[in-house]
Parts: sequence; structure tokens; C-alpha cells
Amino acid sequence: MSVFRGNAKEKLMARDINPGPTTSCMRFVAQVGRGASFARDCFLGMFRPPYDTAELLTQMDELGAKSLPVVGATGLVTGLILAIQSRPVLARFGAESYVPAMVSISVVRELGPILTALMVAGRVGSGMSAELGSMRVTEQIDAIEVAGIDSFRFLVVTRVIACTLLLPLLTAIVNILAILGAYLPAVTEMHMSWKLYFHRAVYSLWLRDVIPAILKTGVFGFIIGVIGSHQGYTATGGTAGVGRASTSAVVIASLLLLFTDMVLAKLIVLLWN
Amino acid sequence: MELIEIRNVMTSFDGVSVLRGVNLTVEKGMTAAILGTSGAGKSVLLKSIIGLLTPDSGSIRIDGKEIVGMKSKDLYAVRRRMGYLFQGAALYDSMSVRGNLEFALRRRETLDEDEMERRVEEQLRLVGLADAIDRMPAQLSGGMRKRIGLARALITRPEVMLYDEPTTGLDPVTGREISELIQNLQRQHAMTSIAVTHDIACARIIADRVAVLNKGVICFEGTLDATEHADDTFVKQFFALG
Repeated sequence: MSVFRGNAKEKLMARDINPGPTTSCMRFVAQVGRGASFARDCFLGMFRPPYDTAELLTQMDELGAKSLPVVGATGLVTGLILAIQSRPVLARFGAESYVPAMVSISVVRELGPILTALMVAGRVGSGMSAELGSMRVTEQIDAIEVAGIDSFRFLVVTRVIACTLLLPLLTAIVNILAILGAYLPAVTEMHMSWKLYFHRAVYSLWLRDVIPAILKTGVFGFIIGVIGSHQGYTATGGTAGVGRASTSAVVIASLLLLFTDMVLAKLIVLLWN
Repeated sequence: MELIEIRNVMTSFDGVSVLRGVNLTVEKGMTAAILGTSGAGKSVLLKSIIGLLTPDSGSIRIDGKEIVGMKSKDLYAVRRRMGYLFQGAALYDSMSVRGNLEFALRRRETLDEDEMERRVEEQLRLVGLADAIDRMPAQLSGGMRKRIGLARALITRPEVMLYDEPTTGLDPVTGREISELIQNLQRQHAMTSIAVTHDIACARIIADRVAVLNKGVICFEGTLDATEHADDTFVKQFFALG
């Protein structure tokens, strides 16, 4: 049995440095609970006007327009690689002509949504968390509060709305660019005409491929907004704390996106197919 | 008439007591300075008064309204009657000086652009920084940031003003300038104010009354002159060294 000698504050500090498994577990459960409560407040806040229109437009520009080059490049390159890789494999089964359909279905149903979400989580989630974290540790969030303005609505709800609305739009753009990207190998290696490529890529898509996939990106946007905001808004521990918040925002959001995607994929297959 | 009443406020963090039963009243139109060493809990008390921190127990009343346990909607309404100068000014670093001053006005009041411009310019003139209107916070010195923080707090014409270490981190000359500026603005706006500071020179300029916070309790309350006759050992030491 170890006996701790020291005052109450030292005892607390020692417990922080070497937390036992029970303490760590309880902390984790408490953190998950606080995160869930934060997400619930965000969700309810999204449907409660008034909205700070100026801040919402600023965030839409920041999260949407400025993410376009990164996610656009991702879409274009993904489509191109997918076509290059799939052509020889499909050729083994004499199904080379299915390359456009395979690219469009796999991009629209899965790759477009998840890759866009992961890219946005990396770019926007970390930026959002760093910005809000800096505002927290320099008392700028307190300054908004003492001005009699609800900082949660002003800073968090606007960002979550912007992410939720813009991710479906960004995903649609990524899907289009990926299908365009795959056209290059199709024309150079398979000598397919644009008309034939377009016909096979687009007409092989059904509404049940497109609609659920676009809808799930709204959920992905909500997750990115909530995790990025939560990590920043609740950051503590000065600049080191802001760094930690920024890193954990990307890690948590990425893992949660993949897990949610897995659940939604199964759900979509059950309900729509 | 007492505008701010603090009764038996106790606050602790992770089991460590910071405030152990603070009692203080501030009458309407008066300026009180809360003095004490670093880490005495002065800022905690000030943040509790404006509802940024919630005490473990006790009562804080602003104009008769209980702040502790108040619903957030009502708390925002009370805060709109108050102004707060942060220790580091806490300017919004993504906005210019103009943006900082307009921030609360745009969201709380229905002013046209001309009136808004007039209020911003008037406030900047009062703090002597009319030419800094389009600068970013990063381009301002420590003293300038405090002045802009002051202008931002006062632009909404608060009835109650709270100052958190208004002269900390400034050289003696700038510190005195800020103290005199606060004193002038107090006179012009006739506000009820509380300033927490460990700067006795600042308290001498701005305060009508002082309270000394030590080990989580107010150990002296009265005028600055009365501190010379105080019995408390800590008060004697504090003012002898100050």
C-alpha cells in the first residue's frame, strides 16, 4: 500500500500524472458524455433561429469555398487512379467496358463521400479547433459572453450549420470531378468516346445510389463541425492545449467518420437496396 | 443604494478552496478596488460577479437580481448592463479595432451605419486612439490594447463596469495613464465599478473604497486612508510593501 505524503493540491496533481485504470475509464466516460451533450446542443441549436447570418456566410466561405481546391484535386486524382487500377483487373474478366460504371458507382456510393469528409476533417476540423481553442485560451470567448452574446450560438452553431450544409455540396463536386478524372485513362487506354463514357458512367447510377450517399454526407458534415468545435471550444492548458485540441479533433473526427460510415453503409443497404 | 451585493461566496477548484466566504457590497455610482496578492482569487471573484464562473455556494446580486443559478437567457440580459475589461484586453484578433468596437453594437442594438460609425469614433476619441480605427490588434502595444479593450467595454454604455488588473503588464507611466483614463471615464459615465488589482497606485487613483482579499476572504474594507490604521497583519504588510 502506498502512502501519499503531501497536501491536497499535490495529491490531485499526482493523481493527474498517474491516473489508475478506473480513473481513466471514468474520465473517458465523462468525456463521451460531455461530447454527446455538446452534440445534442448543436443539433437543437441548428433549428432555433435567429442565426448570425454574417458569421454563417463567413464560415461557409471558409469551410466551403476555401476547401474546394483540396477536395477537388482529391476527387480528380481518385477517379483517375481508380480507372487506371480497375481497367486491367476488369479486363481479366472481359469486363473492361464496365470501367465507367464501376468508377461512377464506387465514387458516388462510397469513395466520394468518405474521402471528401476525411479531407474536410483534416483541413477544416483542425483549423476550426485551433481557432476556437486560441479564442478560448486568450479569453476572446469570455469577451463574447460578457458582451451578452451567446458564444455557443455565435461560434459553434454557425460552424456546425456551415459544415452540415456544405459537405453534401462539396461531395457532389468531388463526385463529378472523379468521374471526369476517370475519363482520361478511358480515352487514352481504352479509346472510348466521351459520349459512350458519359452514357456508361451516368446511366449506370440509380437514384438509390445517389440520394442516400448525399444525405449521409450531411451527417458527416455535422460530425466534423461538432468534433472540431467541441475540441476547440473546450480547450484548456494554453498553447499546448490548443495543439492537443487540434490534433485530437482530426483523429477523433476521422475515426468517428469511418465508424459512422460503416453503420450508415449497412443501414443504407438494408433500407434502400 | 447597494447595486452589487456579494454574500458568503465560496469557490473551489478540484477540491482546492479559492474563495472561502467573500462578503462585499458596492453602492451605486461608487468604485471599489479589490486588492490582493497574485493568486488570491481576485479574478475568480470578478468572473463570478459577471457569471463566467459559478460559485460553489453563496449569493451575488446585481441590482437585486440573483446571478448564481440564473438561467442563461436572463444572465445575458444582466450582462448587457455590464462591461468588463480583461487583464489581457481579450481583443478579437481576427477583427480590426473597428470590428471589435462594432461587435456588440451590431448584435445588440439597431443602429444605422452612420450612428454606429459615430459611436465608434466617439469612443476611440475618448481613449485617445482615433487614428487606430483600422488597425488589427496584433499591431497595437499593450497600453493601446487596454485602451481599445476599455473603449469596447464602454461603447455599449454599461451601468456596471468590472476591471480585471487594468494596469498589469504596463510600465508605470502607461499604467498611470490608464488609471487616469479610467477615472475620467468613470466620472463621465457615472458607472458603478469594481477593479481587481495589486497595483496600489492604480487603486489610489480610481477607487472610492478598497477591499483587501487574503486567503479567500475579505480581510479589510474601507477607504485607502483607513488602511493605515488597519489591525490586520497582512493589510499592514501589503500596504507597507506597496
